[in-house]
This record gives sequence, structure tokens and C-alpha cells, in this order.
Amino acid sequence: MFRYLDEVQMTAKNLELRGKILTMLCEAGSGHSGGSLSSIDILAVLYSNVMDHDPSNPKDPNRDRFVLSKGHVCPALYAVLADCGYFDESHLMTLRKYGSILQGHPYMHKTPGLDTSSGSLGQGLSITVGMAIAAKADQGSQRFYCLMGDGEQQEGQIWEAAMAGAHYHLDNLCGIVDQNRLQIDGNVEDIMNIEPLVDKWKAFGWNVISVDGHDVTAIEDAFKQAAAFKGKPSVLIAKTIKGKGVSFMENKCQWHGTTPNKDQLETAKSELEC
Amino acid sequence: MEIVKLNVNLAKPEKVPSRDGYGYGLIDAGKLDKNVVALGADITASVRVDWFQKEFPDRFYSIGIAEQNQIGVAAGMSLMGKVPFVTNYGVFLAGRDWDQIRTTVCYSNLNVKLGGAHGGISVGADGATHQALEEIAIMRCLPNMKVVVPADAVEARKATLAIASIYGPAYIRFGREKVPVITDDSTSFELGKAYCCRDGSDVALVACGAMVYEALVAAEKLAAEGISAMVINNHTIKPIDKDTLIEAAYKTGCMVTAEEHQLMGGMGSAVLEVLAQNCPIPVKMVGIEDRFGESGDPDQLMHVFGLTSDHIVAAAKEALACKNT
Repeated sequence: MFRYLDEVQMTAKNLELRGKILTMLCEAGSGHSGGSLSSIDILAVLYSNVMDHDPSNPKDPNRDRFVLSKGHVCPALYAVLADCGYFDESHLMTLRKYGSILQGHPYMHKTPGLDTSSGSLGQGLSITVGMAIAAKADQGSQRFYCLMGDGEQQEGQIWEAAMAGAHYHLDNLCGIVDQNRLQIDGNVEDIMNIEPLVDKWKAFGWNVISVDGHDVTAIEDAFKQAAAFKGKPSVLIAKTIKGKGVSFMENKCQWHGTTPNKDQLETAKSELEC
Repeated sequence: MEIVKLNVNLAKPEKVPSRDGYGYGLIDAGKLDKNVVALGADITASVRVDWFQKEFPDRFYSIGIAEQNQIGVAAGMSLMGKVPFVTNYGVFLAGRDWDQIRTTVCYSNLNVKLGGAHGGISVGADGATHQALEEIAIMRCLPNMKVVVPADAVEARKATLAIASIYGPAYIRFGREKVPVITDDSTSFELGKAYCCRDGSDVALVACGAMVYEALVAAEKLAAEGISAMVINNHTIKPIDKDTLIEAAYKTGCMVTAEEHQLMGGMGSAVLEVLAQNCPIPVKMVGIEDRFGESGDPDQLMHVFGLTSDHIVAAAKEALACKNT
């Protein structure tokens, strides 16, 4: 890994990243605030303390790979990539604007550090499975990560990929479900219930690890457990809070696809102390 | 314009399914590049991927009856340097996976190859659900995608190797039934380059797939009536060979397109897009007229759905009549 942040550093870093996410979304005027805030702790831990990658060599074939299957929370990933040094932070203020390297949904040929493009839900795990199969065939030691949404679990292709991951014993792959329990139309359980989610993944042959998706130490430990587990792919079911860190956004599906105005941004920043 | 002399007995041609050519071509590609891998969707023998599996067992991956996942897995493999071939019946490959092909493969310009089996009405007895009649339209409209419809098994083998040898997404269509072999190993094949396989001056017959043979037979019949028909094998639908089509249009002044596909959006439409903007001439189209197929004997269906040399002859006469008025 290119850096390691301890718990105090990581906590401070993630407050700072939350502020950057909301600032770029405010500037963009459209985008997905709630899910970006629910997934940022997972992403920050991955890119700082878990994944083997080198921002000065983004195409290193031996790097670990990350697939953002829930592509709409790319503001969180962009903030992390910029913080890692994949591109200059000034680009964050160009999110969703014409000519930007930061498209509304991830496009790998514009943004340094992106391993895939995404935006059509349900497809990321299949891509990750393909990467992991290819790496095993070539005796590669890379690890492969895929972040999915809990609403996204409603996509049938996820379960096709889940079958394949177990069939090929992809212990070099770790999925993460950002379980914030909300999707754009309301509660996941009301829109289309996905429970019992842990039992489903177990039944599909995966090593399932439940974790608090905002406890940075627990997240890091969960990734370590996943890496140590052999013979099956692992999936982290990360319990999270949509809009985490900003009181008026937390647990409100209205903040799925909306952005703060300038006043709301200032309120949010004061809450985040950044 | 390149004129390629074909050595074929039109009255009694040898017949081989073009899927066999794909099967051999896939092995050829595998021998040339160790990164070529094949994905199976349960119907491996039917689409001739079992041949590759026997030759390279550790480079074959069974994905099961899960078409959407198959495209994603192939995309992931390509991102790791593999050259994955995904083979399935064209209706399911192009239709069910269209979003996966569009957003995951084509948008990122990934090096994924698509082998679309059971193209056309000649699938026969399986009926409408398995007869791919729309896939050329929905594949050729995708940026970065290349689309090729070889005329016979020999050309299918060359085309398979050709798409393996270039970078980026490509779709190749092949058929289930035995069809006439009109080319041989010495016949030139260049992706994106149509060729004239019979010269003529009154009308140009532009065809792809097994309809090239029908066009050659139609040209013989027209010759017997004193009409000189040019025949063009337009095997690459995208990128389409504008120069050859425009040259043929200027030389003959009218044209017939012939394909085993819906008239809307297929090879004929691609030809019209070129001609309308460069040298508008009368064109008649032979193909499926906005309807689904049905079960039946392949030859019988080709007749019922208007895809024989006689239908091309009739269309040629209509095109000539338009030119001369």
C-alpha cells in the first residue's frame, strides 16, 4: 500500500473527504449525496490501508483493482482518488461539467485511477469476477474489490455473478454491500425486499462478514479477514447510514440524488468541522 | 474496385455451416495468441465452442445459462489482458445483453469479441425465438463496435481470426444450417473491405452472409435475360466500405441489397445511409419485412420470407425499372 492512516488520522481524513464530496456536489448542482456519504469510510479505508496500488503508476498490472458497481456514488471515489494523488484536487470542482475528467458516472478513460467504467447497476460484480478469474489463471497475486449498493442487490445479474464467484472459488475477490437501507424511491424493504441478505450470500457460497460500515478499524479488520479466507469469495455486508455525518441528510431517501445548496453546504461543513 | 474471382459451382456447391468456420477460426486465434479465451453458455457444442474447449481446456470458462454475467466476466477478463470470445445464439447475445455490451464493453472500448450464432431465418425448426433477425441493427449502432457477417464457413474462419487480431469490441454473425461454400483459402478477406465477386454494369447486388450465394445465382439468372449484374460481398457491416459501395453505385446506377435480417437497421440500411448521402440511386431491399420468423424447413422459410435468388432477380428488375424511368 502507498500509505497507512491510523484510526485518528483516518477519522480526520474522512471528515475532510465528506466536506469535499459535498462541496463538489454543491458546485455540480446535481449528483448523489446520500450514498456518497454512506460509502466514503469504506472507500477511504480501502484506498489507504487495504489495497495495493500506486498513484504514481495507475496502470501497474500488479495493482489491486476496485470496481464501483454503484457508479452513482462516484463523488466519493473521486474525492478519494484525488486525495491519493491520482489527479489534482482542482478537478473536483469540475464534476459533471462539460470537458471534465470527472463524468457524472465513472468513465475509466477520462479519470486517472479508475479501473472500470460503471453506471448501469448490477454489472460491477460480473466484471470483478472476470478480473479475478483472469488473475488466477495467470497466477497473479492481486486482489479485487467491488462495491455494490443494497438496492442494487435487486438486480438479477448480481446473483449470476455471485454464483460464478463461488463456482470459481475466487478467494482473491471481496465484494462489499453498502447497506444504507434506502434507495431513490424509499426504503429498500418497501421497494423490493432483499432480506435475508446475509443468508442469501451464504447460500450462494460466499464467506459473509457483517461490519459497521462507518467503523474504520472494523472495516479494515473485515478486509483482513476476507483476505485470509481461502477457497471462497468474501462479501462484507456493511451497515451504513445514508447521508452519514450530516444531520439533515441522514437516513433520508430524499438525499439519494440531490445536492446541497450553498447554505446547506455551510451547515453541513460546520457539522463536519471542516 | 477489387474484383475477386470465385471458383464455385453454383449449380452444385459444397455446403458447410458457417458456425463450423467460427469454430475453426476460434482455434486458429487461440493458437496465435495465448491470451485468447472462450466463455461457454451451456450451448457450447451447438455454437462450436466445444472445439476450442477440447484444444485449450484451461482457456475455456463455463459461465452457465447466465448471459448477462457472461458479458461482464468477459469485460473483466479483457481488463486483465485476455481476449475473451463470448459465443451464444445471436438473439440472446445481442438482445438480452445489449445494455451490458453497450455500457460495459463498448463505452470503455474493451477487447471483447462476440460470436452470434443462429443468425437469420434459416435457423429453421426452432422458430422465431431462436432466429436472430435484429442483431445487426442493434450491434452496429453502438460506438466502437465492429460487425461482420461472413458469406460462408471459409470466410467465417478468416473473419473470426481477423476480429481476434484487432483491438476492440466486435460482433461476428454465423448460421446454423449448411450453406454453400463460395470462397476458398486463397480468397482475400480484409475486415472493412467489401469486394466485387462478379462484375456487371446494369445493377449491383450487394449481399452479406448466405445471401451472397443467392445473389450470385440471381446474377446468372439475370444474365440469361440479358441483364448484367454486379455482385458485392459486403461482409463487414461496420465499418462499412463506403468507397466500394459508391463506386458500384456510379458504375451500375441502381442496386439491390440482400440479407437475412430485418430490413430496418440491417446491412441494407447501412448501405442506404452511404448512398443517400453520397450518390442517391434507386435501391430495392431484400430481407425480412418487419415480422417475426416461425418454425419450418430452412429452405422453405427462405422462400416464404422472400430470401431466394428469385426474389433478388425480381428486386433487380424493379430497381432497373426505377433507373430507366
